[in-house]
Amino acid sequence: MISLKKVTKYYGRLKTLSEVDLELKAGYGYALLGPNGSGKTTLIKSILGLVIPDSGSIEVCNEPIKQQSQYRKHIGYMPQVGQYPAGLRMAQLFEMIRGLRPDAKNIDEELIETLGLRPLMDKRMYSLSGGTRQKVSAALAFLFCPVILILDEPTAGLDPVAVEILKEKIIREKKSGKLLIVTSHILSDLEEIATHMVYLFEGSVRYNSPVEEMKKETGEKTFAKSIATLIRHQDLQFNELVKP
Amino acid sequence: MKWVVTFCLLFLAVMTLHAKSTVQTTDALLRELKKAKAGDTIIIKSGHYKPGNIIIDKPMTLIGEGLPVLDGENKIEIITVLAKDVTIIGLKLINTGVSSMNDFAAIKANTAHRLKVRDNVLVNSFFGIHISNTIGAEIIHNTIYHDQVAEESSIGNGIHLWKSAQAKIENNRVSGHRDGIYFEFVTSSAVKNNYIEKNLRYGLHFMFSHENQYIENKFINNGAGVAVMYTHSIKMIKNIFSQNWGSSSYGMLLKDISDSEVRENQFLNNTVGIHMEGSSRIKFFKNIFQGNGYALRLQASCDNNDFKQNNFQQNTFDVTTNGVTVLNNITGNYWDRYEGYDLNKDGVGDTGYRPVSLYSMIVERVPASILLWRSFMVFLLDRAEKNFPAVIPENLIDNKPSMKPYDLFKKSN
Amino acid sequence: MTQMLKYVLQDVIRARFVLFYWLFIVAVTTLLFQLDSDPAKVVVSLLNVILLVVPLVCIVFTTIHFFNSYEFILLLMAQPIARKTVFLSQYIGVASSLALAFLAGVGLPAIAFGGAAKVLSILGIGLFITFTFVSLGFLAASLSRDKAKAIGIALLFWIYFALIYDGLILWVVYAFNDYPLEIPTLILTSLNPLDLGRIVMLLSIDVSALMGYTGAFFKEFFGNLTGEIFSLAMLSVWVLWPLWVALHRFKHNDL
Repeated sequence: MISLKKVTKYYGRLKTLSEVDLELKAGYGYALLGPNGSGKTTLIKSILGLVIPDSGSIEVCNEPIKQQSQYRKHIGYMPQVGQYPAGLRMAQLFEMIRGLRPDAKNIDEELIETLGLRPLMDKRMYSLSGGTRQKVSAALAFLFCPVILILDEPTAGLDPVAVEILKEKIIREKKSGKLLIVTSHILSDLEEIATHMVYLFEGSVRYNSPVEEMKKETGEKTFAKSIATLIRHQDLQFNELVKP
Repeated sequence: MKWVVTFCLLFLAVMTLHAKSTVQTTDALLRELKKAKAGDTIIIKSGHYKPGNIIIDKPMTLIGEGLPVLDGENKIEIITVLAKDVTIIGLKLINTGVSSMNDFAAIKANTAHRLKVRDNVLVNSFFGIHISNTIGAEIIHNTIYHDQVAEESSIGNGIHLWKSAQAKIENNRVSGHRDGIYFEFVTSSAVKNNYIEKNLRYGLHFMFSHENQYIENKFINNGAGVAVMYTHSIKMIKNIFSQNWGSSSYGMLLKDISDSEVRENQFLNNTVGIHMEGSSRIKFFKNIFQGNGYALRLQASCDNNDFKQNNFQQNTFDVTTNGVTVLNNITGNYWDRYEGYDLNKDGVGDTGYRPVSLYSMIVERVPASILLWRSFMVFLLDRAEKNFPAVIPENLIDNKPSMKPYDLFKKSN
Repeated sequence: MTQMLKYVLQDVIRARFVLFYWLFIVAVTTLLFQLDSDPAKVVVSLLNVILLVVPLVCIVFTTIHFFNSYEFILLLMAQPIARKTVFLSQYIGVASSLALAFLAGVGLPAIAFGGAAKVLSILGIGLFITFTFVSLGFLAASLSRDKAKAIGIALLFWIYFALIYDGLILWVVYAFNDYPLEIPTLILTSLNPLDLGRIVMLLSIDVSALMGYTGAFFKEFFGNLTGEIFSLAMLSVWVLWPLWVALHRFKHNDL
């Protein structure tokens, strides 16, 4: 569904992505891991077209995305930190986003209800807490029932109840055959979501295989532990994820 | 009323001493002209006459009734006066011949003292009225115009005087000629209340014509304005010079003029209000300079001129000069750009005003820099220079600038 | 696009700055009309406002606005909307609200004081200057990812066109004083939208000033149809090229 071929991106002299090759398929959940500055967000932004790679190609649904925009109707994106026009009321925000896609048929407002956003609709965006803003981001990502969901640190800043609600939602969506790309520092969250594990380090894909295989390889039962083992064995520098 | 009647009767009595005839056809006119003796009067009835060149060689009077037309058919001069005491009234003279050899005119006079030309209309003549060697000519209330677009070289002057004296030129309108009024070697004459408009070259042009007076005339939108040269002792009072726009166009150009008086005139919306060079001892009092590109271009060759109580308003440049030394006296004028103060409330600014701006000097040297007019850069430059004069002439300064414009007269056109 | 434009306009209006800008222009215009009964003089004084304040406000506001709308743009970029659409609706939204504030700011007092006919040329030139400096504002914003730096660039643009460039022209014409300078000066001034706008405006209101020998040349040039087409074309070029460069950069910049 998404395929990256030799995607390379420089920021100045710094190589953030180095010939990344990836095939991401529908019905699977990909956990995108790596230390800070490993290129996770750049990779996600490249898929979204926010960042334009210096070389290589990206295809979404078999179409190259270069200077294209329509493919983004297939993608629901939840950014790491949701930034919204401060003066807007939440209702206006949702109305606006929906207004931009008047021909979208399936509207999924489930999260607005379950995350308890409905009573806050009159509030202006600047007055919302970081957690509430995260909820807004989540609700927006699922709003148009996209076939691809890209979630950048979806659980960061959310209260435990909301985390559970969101996780359930994510799992349900995945089961309905969607492609899921998730980054998170909280490995236990990934446990239930991820079917594949992609590990980025210094802009390259160091490890990419199904979680089951990874567990078999490492002989560990849980996702978190198998990753820790993997790091030790494979000499991946994983200090960001496994804190003492 | 009584005395008018008496006067008329008396006049008729005198007239009857001489023959008086009325004509209605060209033939009759020619016959009467041939027959006429000194002092006779011919009354020409309304009509269209093609008499050819009329030569008047004895004192006599031609009077038109109902504005008869005398047509030169673009071939000839219409009336040639070669005698004294000739009077021409109420004729419409049209279409003189055009020649580069002869100065054909609607009315040409030579040695025709006391010639009177009144109430005539002169249309499309090469020269309108051309007078030479004549003392005491009176040219009053004539309308002289040329309405065909012509080259400057293919048309003569409206009122042209050469080597004459004591002429009186009043209430005429002249337009479409080369120069509206042209004087050469004309002295002791008065030009009053004429309306000189849209002539191809100068509205008024004179040379070597001393001791003349120019009063209450309007010179409007002439090709190059008014140019006067090589003359002394003239008075120019209450004239209006306006709308003289063009690359070398002036409200008034003074060249080698001296010992004269220029007062209560209005210079409005001209490219240059007054341009003067080689001129001395002229008193410029109570004039209005308004809306001109350059109000006053004072070349360094001028000296001992006095500028007092003039109003300078809304000019692009008030004064420009091409030298550093200034030998003229500019005192007590009103400048709308003056920004000084008057602490003792005597109506006179406490600090001097420098009417020459740095930018105007730059424009004098590099005309192309006019394109920067009103730019912020120029504003800053002038500000800086006004406070710390380094380039502009140090002593070109009005030390007693008036705080308020002088109430001279209302603006009119 | 219209939907987008609506949001951008809402955003600009919500910022209230445009309202203050409008009030400022109304105040200045009213004041000038009150100080002077001669509309021609008012127009000349307004000219100074337009040549200094309008470009400054437009370029700085645009740059700041761009950075303030960064979140908005990010949000939109996750949607199936082309960058070009986002950019152009930003441009049109900002430019049209500033232009409207300017038009109403000068126009309403002018109508109230009965000088509407006199200010027409100023309105036209003011519009071009507004659009040009909004374009330049976007260009400045596209040249740096850092807000402070971009505002610095914007101010630099302004001071360059309002002041430095004219100083350079003055220096050039003075230095090459012995050569015929009409055409070079004409070309040089056309390369500055403020100079071009100023000259076009002066020719319509302050003719005597430009009436020296050289002035006649310029008057002739700008006065005829070719000149009008030329100045209109140049002014349009000044709106379009910074916009085009900014759009190009926006399309290829990372967000």
